[in-house]
Amino acid sequence: MFKFALGRLLQAVPVLLVVITMTFMLVHSAPGGPFSADKAVPAEVLEALEAQYNLNQPLWQQYFSYLGDVVQGDMGPSFKYPGRSVNELILSGLGTTAELGLYAMLVAIFIGIIAGVTASMRPNTIQDYVPMTAAMIGICMPSFLLGPLLVLVFGIHLEWLPVSGWDQIPGDKVLPAITLGTGYAAYIARLSRGGMLEVLSQDYIRTARAKGLSEFLIIGKHALRGGLIPVVAFLGPAFAGLLGGSFVVETIFQIPGLGRFYVQAAFNRDYTMILGTTVFFATLIILFNLLSDMLAIWINPKLRQQVRGNA
Amino acid sequence: MLSIPEPQRTNEFNNMTSLLDVKNLKVHFHTRNGRVKAVDDVSFSVNAGETLAIVGESGSGKSVTCYSLLDLLPKPPAKIEGGTAMFDGEDLLTCSSERMRHFRGNDIAMIFQDPMTSLNPNLTIGEQLIEPLIYHPDKARRQSRNIAKCRAIELLKEVGILDAERRFKSYPHEFSGGMRQRVMIAMALINEPRLLICDEPTTALDVTIQAQILELIKKLQKSRNVAVIFISHDLGVVAGIADKILVMCNGLAMETGNADKIFYNTEDDYTKRLLNAIPEGAKTMVNRAQDKSLVEVSNLRTWFKDYSGSKVSIVKAVENASLTIKRGEILGLVGESGSGKSTLGRSILQLAPTTEGTVTFDGTQLTGMSNSQMVPWRRRMQMIFQDPYASLNPRMTVFETLAEPLLYHGLANKNNITEQVQSLMDDVGLARAQMRKYPHEFSGGQRQRIAIGRAIATKPELIIADEPVSALDVTIQAQILDLILDLVERHNLTMMFISHDLSVVRYISDRVLVMHHGILIEQGDTESLWANPKEPYTQNLLAAIPLADPVSERARMARI
Amino acid sequence: MIPNDTHIQSDKGTSLWEDAWIKLRKNRLALIGLSLLIFLCIMSLLTPWIAPYGYEEQDLLMGATPPSAQHWLGTDIFGRDMLTRIMWGGRVSLMVGFIATAVALAIGVIYGAVAGYVGGRVDAAMMRLVDILYALPFMIFIILLMVVFGRNLLLLFFAIGAVEWLTMARIVRGQVMSLRKQEFVEAAHSLGLSQWIIIRRHIIPNTLGPVIVYTTLTIPSVMLLEAFLSFLGLGIQPPQSSWGLLINYGVETMEEYPWLLIFPGIALSLTLFALNFLGDGLRDALDPRTSKD
Repeated sequence: MFKFALGRLLQAVPVLLVVITMTFMLVHSAPGGPFSADKAVPAEVLEALEAQYNLNQPLWQQYFSYLGDVVQGDMGPSFKYPGRSVNELILSGLGTTAELGLYAMLVAIFIGIIAGVTASMRPNTIQDYVPMTAAMIGICMPSFLLGPLLVLVFGIHLEWLPVSGWDQIPGDKVLPAITLGTGYAAYIARLSRGGMLEVLSQDYIRTARAKGLSEFLIIGKHALRGGLIPVVAFLGPAFAGLLGGSFVVETIFQIPGLGRFYVQAAFNRDYTMILGTTVFFATLIILFNLLSDMLAIWINPKLRQQVRGNA
Repeated sequence: MLSIPEPQRTNEFNNMTSLLDVKNLKVHFHTRNGRVKAVDDVSFSVNAGETLAIVGESGSGKSVTCYSLLDLLPKPPAKIEGGTAMFDGEDLLTCSSERMRHFRGNDIAMIFQDPMTSLNPNLTIGEQLIEPLIYHPDKARRQSRNIAKCRAIELLKEVGILDAERRFKSYPHEFSGGMRQRVMIAMALINEPRLLICDEPTTALDVTIQAQILELIKKLQKSRNVAVIFISHDLGVVAGIADKILVMCNGLAMETGNADKIFYNTEDDYTKRLLNAIPEGAKTMVNRAQDKSLVEVSNLRTWFKDYSGSKVSIVKAVENASLTIKRGEILGLVGESGSGKSTLGRSILQLAPTTEGTVTFDGTQLTGMSNSQMVPWRRRMQMIFQDPYASLNPRMTVFETLAEPLLYHGLANKNNITEQVQSLMDDVGLARAQMRKYPHEFSGGQRQRIAIGRAIATKPELIIADEPVSALDVTIQAQILDLILDLVERHNLTMMFISHDLSVVRYISDRVLVMHHGILIEQGDTESLWANPKEPYTQNLLAAIPLADPVSERARMARI
Repeated sequence: MIPNDTHIQSDKGTSLWEDAWIKLRKNRLALIGLSLLIFLCIMSLLTPWIAPYGYEEQDLLMGATPPSAQHWLGTDIFGRDMLTRIMWGGRVSLMVGFIATAVALAIGVIYGAVAGYVGGRVDAAMMRLVDILYALPFMIFIILLMVVFGRNLLLLFFAIGAVEWLTMARIVRGQVMSLRKQEFVEAAHSLGLSQWIIIRRHIIPNTLGPVIVYTTLTIPSVMLLEAFLSFLGLGIQPPQSSWGLLINYGVETMEEYPWLLIFPGIALSLTLFALNFLGDGLRDALDPRTSKD
């Protein structure tokens, strides 16, 4: 397993290189420099600024010096927040976003799996229709619509929960986590229902039943493992999706997280910040894809042995 | 269709108190196309230590009957409409689901058809073996893991698993099909049931493995005095082990009686048809082989790269095969699964890429030809495939399927295509009115007729038939075999007939090749090979054929 | 190539397509979805002629009024009719949905079919590329593209299409791979049929089902992506409008004028419902496993 992980990490290096190169080229081919928006900057000041950030060097030189810095873990200084480095900014937002993501993931996995498994136990009955209708609503109600609606109902109308902020008033984490997690809960519910139905129709479930096992054991011990394989495979993409969703949720609830920094950086043409966050996100996504793949292998004994035999 | 007699309600074996007594069982399926009477008023009984075989073709309701006893049918669509099943004084059909759990796996255990899919791939076989013990619904009889493990290992040894301690921790995919079925048997016996239901336990296995599993079941039954219900589509398989037999067709019990009566003295028309359909004895038609050879294969090798494992491995599907097929003969090719017989057939037709060696057809070398060079030759050689469900394009009508080769090879034009297709349909025994129908609207036997029609459409000289009847019921199988023999004669065909079923091969072939692990190990005229097999493998293979003859089968069982 | 007229009487068979249509007709939710979708498409096509008010027409006396007889869905803060704006916005949203899906479909089907049919090393290399692209943070790239090159509708089609084709390619490739091993394709080879005929008559008709299903399910996910970007202010640019953008405006004033959020939200959600139900229905209807009995 260790060798497999190492191999996958090594494969990730060229992917990351492509990401850095593409982002770098994209950002630098943008019309208008980072300081062109600031009105009436005197020519000499602009020159000084560009010199300070090495923007006066040829592009390839900028590229390689940036690459060198990134390898050492240095994302460079921010253009828009003078005196602060990109590393600092990312670190300051990371904790918040990670916490939000974790809660959302928990909401998604728990609600999703419970709803999906419940539905699969009695297909085409009310026990199936209710959670699956809810899941369909969850899929058709994107976070940028669900969030404001939740705020409108629970924040403004009922005044049960705070409408914005993070870690300031108790309960202000509930709505963001639900907003971000619901869509994924809905997907996971559908995936786990499908996976469970597939497994429950297998011959070995009939064998387990013929052995006199209780329904609880049949579902929990024999079916769940195979039935959740589609969910495990979805975790990697779900993580990437959660990152994207955090942009919206952090904007709606005014949460000082990475996503909001990123959107702001994009608007501000904060080159180094965009580059830095993109590289950081890409690394995270690759890492989580690897984790979800490893989990999928660990669940399946045949794959597990193949990987072991390979290593 | 069939004249269906009143099901027998009297039970000849009522002098003893039966372990299981099923009376007037009715199971219906409520589907979107209406109600299907899967089991209609079926009665039977089983005594302790006795073996009842339930025999019938697909759709006869034999499996549904047994599944309904343990409440294993999906409900809906299935619904038990009536009847009783008294087991030890309790009705299995009306007991609570809690009570049913006490029967399942404890008093009544079950073995299923496909050992590949009936074990959970995610759990070790040890874990699956001990489950009935450690989760016993009766708390007093529940065992600790350690005791259960000892018991399981003991049983694994008894069913013939070597190195049982180590294998206890293995996963199902690490076992072969026959070994998995042994594990299934051990699992069924772990709580010492009084009734063992075997649902086609040997159908998915090779013939030599089948013989071993049958012996094992018989041996275990004797040592434990357990009653057995043995479900099979094959009368030959049950001949040696059944004490009495229930014959079913379309949900009805056609006949019940002791094995000798059913095999030697049946009065029932359907049972007679079943017995007559079993291919037995030598080919009755003349050998039309000419001296001229049509196909010559020399030192043929077909190797594949296998990407499925962790490393790319080479599969030597065919090794150094040399053979000739004479014009007009029917050459049988037998072998067990994985022997490379299908690949050899495809290699001759240049459908599988050959690695080395040559194939010559009518004096011209085919190996090394490009696809376009092959086109005129393709017309002269055709193939019939095993699975009539997979070998027809589901989106083309019979007409389109049959017209395609005719038009492509210029054997018909737009004006006469309809007539040509119709005469093809007549040839293979399909009603002309069904020309506009799609494959899913036909039964398996009819589909195979369509596939045969496609193969003979181009008026080929050579046909390679790859297990053309093994997916069919035995009565349908007999019809298709007769159709094939008839067509071979009428159209002067040369045929290579590939099958795992030795009785079928003997019934149809003039000459036989035996293949084992990619190598042709023996060949000869069918009857002389049967009379005098030289290779030990061939001897084993022939000895393992189950015969529809209880006396000789019992004698064989007794020898072991 | 095959003439269809015959002069004999014969029982007409039911093709798998007809069979699927029969099954789909029995699925009430899918039918509702289909009807709704057709209705929305007609509305969008006819918007310039049937919209009750002009797109930029302001009713200065009725700024931000709730639904009324004059303005069925109310007006925004500039006094513009919401129904009109939702209809125009729907045109853009649906157009993005259909065109970007078409882009994904074209790339994905061709790429997947080639990989699946050629197989071997070519397939391995092509799918490796798809795997690598899958690992890229595409959402971020799209945002970057929109920031760098401005909010251009064409670019949006291209960018979204470039993301969505990956899954389509995988599905088509898997389907073609499994078809290639089917016995009826082997039978076609043994008849000596040319590659092109085999592809056209035996492979393509049998891949169509999953492609149709996935296409139906791609449209809503594309529309969602567009709405998402527009919501962040990175998608459609005013004066053009889309449902995502309308929702964005609605959120700003939702405390005072909730209908500005709710109606575009309902429009988007309903469309997504319709497409998803139709997609699910098609999947069930076209599933070969349900048509064998």
